[in-house]
Amino acid sequence: METLAQLFILTLAAGTPLVFAALGELVTEKSGVLNLGVEGMMLVGAVVAFMVASMSGSPWLGIAAGMAAGAATSLIFGAIALSLMANQVATGLALSLFGVGLSAFVGLDYVSVVIAGITPLAIPGLSDLPVVGQLLFGHNPLVYLSFALFAAVQWFLFRTRAGLVLRAVGESPQSAHAIGYPVIAIRYAAVLFGGACAGLAGAYLSVAYTPLWVEGMVAGRGWIALALVVFATWKPWRVLAGAYLFGGVTLAQFQAQALGSTIPSQYLAMLPYLATVVVLAVISRDAVTIRLNAPASLGKPFHPGA
Amino acid sequence: MIRLEARPEPSRTYKWASPIIAVAATVAIGFLLFPAMGKNPFAAFHAFFVKPVDSLYGVAELLLKASPLMLIATGLAAGYRANVWNIGAEGQLTMGAIAGGGVALALHGVDSPLVLPAMLVAGVAGGVAWAAVPAWLRTRFNANEILTSLMLVYVATLVLSLLVHDAWRDPEGFNFPQSKMFSESALYPVLLEGTRLNLGFPIALAVVAAGWVFMQKSFTGYQMRVAGLAPAAAHYAGISAPRTVWLAMLIGGGCAGLAGVGEVAGPLGQLQPSVSPGYGFAAIIVAFVGRLHPVGIVFASLLMSLLYLGGESAQLNLALPSAVTGLFQGTLLFFLLAADVFIHYRVRRTRTVRRTA
Amino acid sequence: MTPPSATSRLELAGITKIYPSVVANDGIDLDVAPGEIHAVLGENGAGKSTLMKVIYGVVKPDAGTIRWEGRAVTIANPARARRLGIGMVFQHFSLFETLTVAENIALALDRERAGGDLPERIREVSVRYGLPLDPDRHVHTMSVGERQRVEIVRCLLQDPRLLIMDEPTSVLTPQAVSKLFETLRRLSAEGCSILYISHKLDEIRALCTRATVLRAGKVTGTCDPRQESSASLARMMIGGDLPHPGHREARAGEPRLVVDGLTLPADDPFGTTLHEIRLTVRAGEIVGIAGVSGNGQKELMAALSGERTVDDPDVVRLMGAAAGRLDAEERRALGLAFVPEERLGRGAVPEMSLAENALLTAHRQDLVRRRFVRADAVRAYAERTIAEFRVKAGGPDATARSLSGGNLQKFIVGREIRQQPKVMIAAQPTWGVDVGAAAQIRQALIDLRDAGVAVLVVSEELDELFEICDRLAVIAQGRLAEARPTSDTNAEEIGLLMSGSFIAAGAHSERTFSPAGAIGA
Repeated sequence: METLAQLFILTLAAGTPLVFAALGELVTEKSGVLNLGVEGMMLVGAVVAFMVASMSGSPWLGIAAGMAAGAATSLIFGAIALSLMANQVATGLALSLFGVGLSAFVGLDYVSVVIAGITPLAIPGLSDLPVVGQLLFGHNPLVYLSFALFAAVQWFLFRTRAGLVLRAVGESPQSAHAIGYPVIAIRYAAVLFGGACAGLAGAYLSVAYTPLWVEGMVAGRGWIALALVVFATWKPWRVLAGAYLFGGVTLAQFQAQALGSTIPSQYLAMLPYLATVVVLAVISRDAVTIRLNAPASLGKPFHPGA
Repeated sequence: MIRLEARPEPSRTYKWASPIIAVAATVAIGFLLFPAMGKNPFAAFHAFFVKPVDSLYGVAELLLKASPLMLIATGLAAGYRANVWNIGAEGQLTMGAIAGGGVALALHGVDSPLVLPAMLVAGVAGGVAWAAVPAWLRTRFNANEILTSLMLVYVATLVLSLLVHDAWRDPEGFNFPQSKMFSESALYPVLLEGTRLNLGFPIALAVVAAGWVFMQKSFTGYQMRVAGLAPAAAHYAGISAPRTVWLAMLIGGGCAGLAGVGEVAGPLGQLQPSVSPGYGFAAIIVAFVGRLHPVGIVFASLLMSLLYLGGESAQLNLALPSAVTGLFQGTLLFFLLAADVFIHYRVRRTRTVRRTA
Repeated sequence: MTPPSATSRLELAGITKIYPSVVANDGIDLDVAPGEIHAVLGENGAGKSTLMKVIYGVVKPDAGTIRWEGRAVTIANPARARRLGIGMVFQHFSLFETLTVAENIALALDRERAGGDLPERIREVSVRYGLPLDPDRHVHTMSVGERQRVEIVRCLLQDPRLLIMDEPTSVLTPQAVSKLFETLRRLSAEGCSILYISHKLDEIRALCTRATVLRAGKVTGTCDPRQESSASLARMMIGGDLPHPGHREARAGEPRLVVDGLTLPADDPFGTTLHEIRLTVRAGEIVGIAGVSGNGQKELMAALSGERTVDDPDVVRLMGAAAGRLDAEERRALGLAFVPEERLGRGAVPEMSLAENALLTAHRQDLVRRRFVRADAVRAYAERTIAEFRVKAGGPDATARSLSGGNLQKFIVGREIRQQPKVMIAAQPTWGVDVGAAAQIRQALIDLRDAGVAVLVVSEELDELFEICDRLAVIAQGRLAEARPTSDTNAEEIGLLMSGSFIAAGAHSERTFSPAGAIGA
């Protein structure tokens, strides 16, 4: 029982960065914008969060800084892809390449620095309860934040008027423009939210999950988050399910090593990437579901003129 | 109020001015960035852009590093023109290196002029095979090739790591994770005495030229361009969409595979855990900055190669981190995409038109 | 306050809007009285839509003034227009497919109006004006006629004092048009002004009490359309007489295109399934297919052109050969030519030159040898097409995008005709094309028929079909009513067929929704 509870906690911990990043990207995509720069924004968020946490001594300040940095990076994407109407695929790719370079550059002096990260809760009494205590009260505080984010996104998208407007913009920016909604401004807001979430995901990795800074430490999680949004067919609860599924897959290699497995670690390290490929193929096969759920204008630039 | 107004016809001038503007803007950013890091901007500029190429050896290095970039970018450009987004060239390059390197190791000590051609064929086949996976997933399951091709980069890197750590590790290599050094017959001949410039460079130029003929003159190239610009028109004209995806992916994979085998048969001379400093990704930038056009790609690959050399030189001469190369690469692409807006739009101040009605 | 009878509801003076390549509106004056049904009449490209967008706040004019009920106003955006009491029903609907009717309507209302009992109010208004709607249905399950109702109800819920209708009847059967007119007359009697945009002269004469005529961005006259003839209105609209193509009796020969029991499930969740389509087109005749858009025309065209293939090769026969499994390329090789509905993006690649666009389908005219393109031959083909079909373009290097709709359509039709087809299929050949080009294209199709080609025309314009076709078939809900000679039928009968009257009652049950069925309701 103890190990199962431990496994559950670890799975949630490994899935949490994907929850943050994929929920953010989901909101961005719901507005009709495809930002492929998640990996880059996560890296920038991770390095900035780590630097600020290290300088200030406050990991929470680091988390906030990571979110701000992710949002700031997404603003570059917004300026080029929304205001200047550049190809969103190319701009997103540029953002990822840029984020890799920028984070490696600014984080150079922090590679072997040690900080006090955010550790799992330890509520006296509650967390010590057998099994249940661990399961309910033994997670990292940011894990609870990811639950809150999920609830907030679900509520916003499907229960509020602003969420309805956001979905409408993603469905048909022309129609939204014709009845008077500021399409570009709404898309900027969605991109910024996605950037902040990606920054938060990166910050979680460098300040809570590991906690340390290594060049390229996001290791493709940004791309996996993008795949998760497709896997989830743009539904928040499925993002949650998918994220923990992938969290579990990521764990496999550590678990195997811990159990003294002789399988070379590379095989297990491949699993999340191979799983992503397989999952994408299985979900994308159902073109009808994709068509009914994907925002119709996804990835297409919008020019309000004419 | 300034706003953008669509041009009736795209501007040909801006199509080619835009990369030049982007380069100028990137250099300008450098001039701002270097003083911020406490470096004299002119010294830094010299170290970055002049020092690396002030000798014959330097120029040879420039061409050496530009070769894989122009190779891969040519293949990717064919795909991007067809609106097929292969961003996994780094993985296809790695697979090319593995396949070509595998042949070299299998034929270790064989002194035959056929060893190198066999390696090249294997390298191309390796890249093609790796690119075939996303092509199949896209045509069969409609899976997004951007994500699948990228995931396979990580897998390819791990496969290479697996091999050099285990099956193909040099038993006399002091436990370093790398293969034996290849025999002489498995290496590209050096073209210029005293430099590392090798046969890979003319091969890359030939591929660029062939790419130009294919895309601009052949009917298949035309069909791929139609498929990229207007998928519905391609459908209407009876151009097979799956065929376009396959061609686009396989051309990209083949070129990247050739670049990969070029690295192990050239400057590396063996398989190592990493066979490329991100050429597969840098080539994406090269393809865009070169306007998906062969001539542009040649120039852009020289520029990108200079950024690599500049990064190394700045590290040696100014103690600047070489990561600055990646930063510049990303910045360059941003500026290019931003400047491209003027191809299709022009700036107009509103309220300039006043008419008496 | 001046009494309302003396004050115009809306008064435009000197409205000017300039785009890079065209002056869309040039000093336009317009005056709408309370409760008046006022027509704005003009050809495609005369500037009607731009003017309406100015009034609705979507487009800002470069010059001119707007007065609303006597006060000078600036209409900065549609929200402002709605607050003033202006509602608009768009030609290309501004609806969101994956949202419900109620959500769509809520989006266009301000916060107070959108809340609470909105579904109840939707039902109430829709019943009151004879526009039945279910607030919980998703828009993508609805026919175009039903969608238009959503747009109208959406406007009515804002208690408009001016309703703009932009080409509202192009998606309706003749019967549905008269129902719409009843609704509009009722609104007018309640004091709501209506701006009615159209190029259909008969409708304007039947409905409107005043008309402002536009030509090339300028007002060319105002009149009482009830006092005018269609011919006199047309002269104001195009500055000349309506061209009428010459038409001889058809001499139909052997069957060239035979469709025998074509059944094809929709490949798109928003698409239409085709049921048991039977159709024969003979050499030397023009067969027309009428129907409200979204009833399977797109799917039928794809199945005939070869963009979608069918498993049974005998279901589609071209020149006697079983063609069901042949793709578009192989059917062209048999002698099929096809002019698609969308010109930019399907019939032509917008960014490519006319020369490159000629190569798109004409490559069999010795334009390609040994897999290589013969650039000179391609240019020559484009040049001859431009000359023969009087295409106004900057030469073979001009991009397709730079041409006007009419000229691009002439180029595409010319490109297809010059391949000397045996069967010609044209979808909406004159849609959005100016009168001169439309007449030329219709004449070209008639000439083709007289030269012994089998011609199939799909159109939503009944007038056009009656003008050029020898036989007429009607498509509704993915089923095709048997073709009948044009001389033996009339608009009334075709209109009834368009609403699906020929379909057996039981046929409805296999779908949860029935697009055309509801149009006639």
